[in-house]
Amino acid sequence: MEIPKTFLGYKREDGRTGTRNHVIILPVDDISNACAEAVANNIKGTIALPHSYGRLQFGADLELHFRTMIGTGKNPNVAAVIVIGIEPKWTKRIVDAIATTGKPVEGFSIEGVGDIDTIARVSKKAQEFSIWASEKQREERPISDLWISVKCGESDTTSGLASNPTVGNLMDKLEPLGVHLCFGETSELTGAETVCEKRGKTPEAQEKFRKTWSSYNDFILKEATDDLSESQPTAGNIAGGLTTIEEKAFGNFQKIGGCKFIDVLEPAEEPTKGPGLYFMDTSSAAAECVTLQAAGGFNLHLFPTGQGNIIGNPIEPVVKLTANPLTARTMSEHIDVDVSKILSREMNLDEAGDELIKATIRVANGRLTCAEALGHREFVMTKLYRSA
Amino acid sequence: MGRISNKEIVTMAGTDIIIHDEKDNVGVVVIEKITPKQDCDCWIMENDKSVKIQSMDEIPLGHKIAMTDLNEGDTILKYGHDIGKVVKSIKKGEHVHVHNVKTKKW
Repeated sequence: MEIPKTFLGYKREDGRTGTRNHVIILPVDDISNACAEAVANNIKGTIALPHSYGRLQFGADLELHFRTMIGTGKNPNVAAVIVIGIEPKWTKRIVDAIATTGKPVEGFSIEGVGDIDTIARVSKKAQEFSIWASEKQREERPISDLWISVKCGESDTTSGLASNPTVGNLMDKLEPLGVHLCFGETSELTGAETVCEKRGKTPEAQEKFRKTWSSYNDFILKEATDDLSESQPTAGNIAGGLTTIEEKAFGNFQKIGGCKFIDVLEPAEEPTKGPGLYFMDTSSAAAECVTLQAAGGFNLHLFPTGQGNIIGNPIEPVVKLTANPLTARTMSEHIDVDVSKILSREMNLDEAGDELIKATIRVANGRLTCAEALGHREFVMTKLYRSA
Repeated sequence: MGRISNKEIVTMAGTDIIIHDEKDNVGVVVIEKITPKQDCDCWIMENDKSVKIQSMDEIPLGHKIAMTDLNEGDTILKYGHDIGKVVKSIKKGEHVHVHNVKTKKW
């Protein structure tokens, strides 16, 4: 199949391209959620991104909070941003960082004003942003403006056999075209960590991966009260035939095809070494991982599932594929691409990869994913430790 | 390693079990279920070879079957790699899962 050279996206002020055109109302902290949701309810064409944190955090945990907030605002799928916090200082820090992209962004704080007047003031600005963004048009953009993140969930053995290798096949075909790619799930590479480490393109990338994985594994061993058999693999994984974390890891690892990663990113860190594959240190929980990847600037997500994970993200469209024929049948409203014919050998991997590329480009052009149509907007901040 | 071959597939129907790598001692059931004493056709992805096995248990879609007799302490190989250890001996054709295999990691 000849891969299209372009897709239809929204060109942003900083030169990046969005596959979506969202106006977001971003609360800095948990107690600003109510205002953000009220504004999004008032003004059509805006979405609020409520979450649970943002108070009394410190150190690396606070830095991650800021990185996630800022990265979410900077993502090219976002046309304009309103930031609401309880107080002005942290709000301004986020606004100033998002403003470096050149996109419209404005901050509001609630202290000394109260919810009701804040909602009124913010709603006026949100209406202005929403109407402004509605005039943005899609234009032809190079395929290399796609930044694709991947993560699998509720995996079973069909994931490692077929749906994850389908994503790997797509990566093998899109990497030479200058696409940015990202995989994560540090803990779910356990068992395959040595094989994965060797996929680092440089000794530095390999060493960075080894340190990142070891640190995560040490943390798990320190906190574990049992053999994690209730958590990893999950009950869904086990029902689907996955027995151990090692088996899950080797299945997981199929998603990167034959690609090598050029760098290891902190959670929510934006890649800066040009096109190619990156590894991001993330949790293996679906919504946490995709939220971090979206904050890293990725504009389209591929999500293979076995038993039927239903996750979506508010700003990054999540394309779901499965190779499990039962899941494809019983949960069809969640599945964008059915590659179950690989198991019956009526479809080979090359054909499945092509189908996924076609679906990816259609979604990049604006086709709603199943998760978007169903209203899945899981925005989940990763918290590293207790607040001060 | 463990990747599906892009070769033309001649016989499409009739694969009951897929094995990732020739070294693997387990295969994955890819039909809705196999029943005891069923003669199953297995396809090895790595080298596109076919083998046969008779099942001992009922094994559902996605679950593993032992391709050989396995003793306590043996290593389970899938994708050509170590995915855990046998904790209760397993006969060729039996269901391989959490009741007889455990992680070596956590």
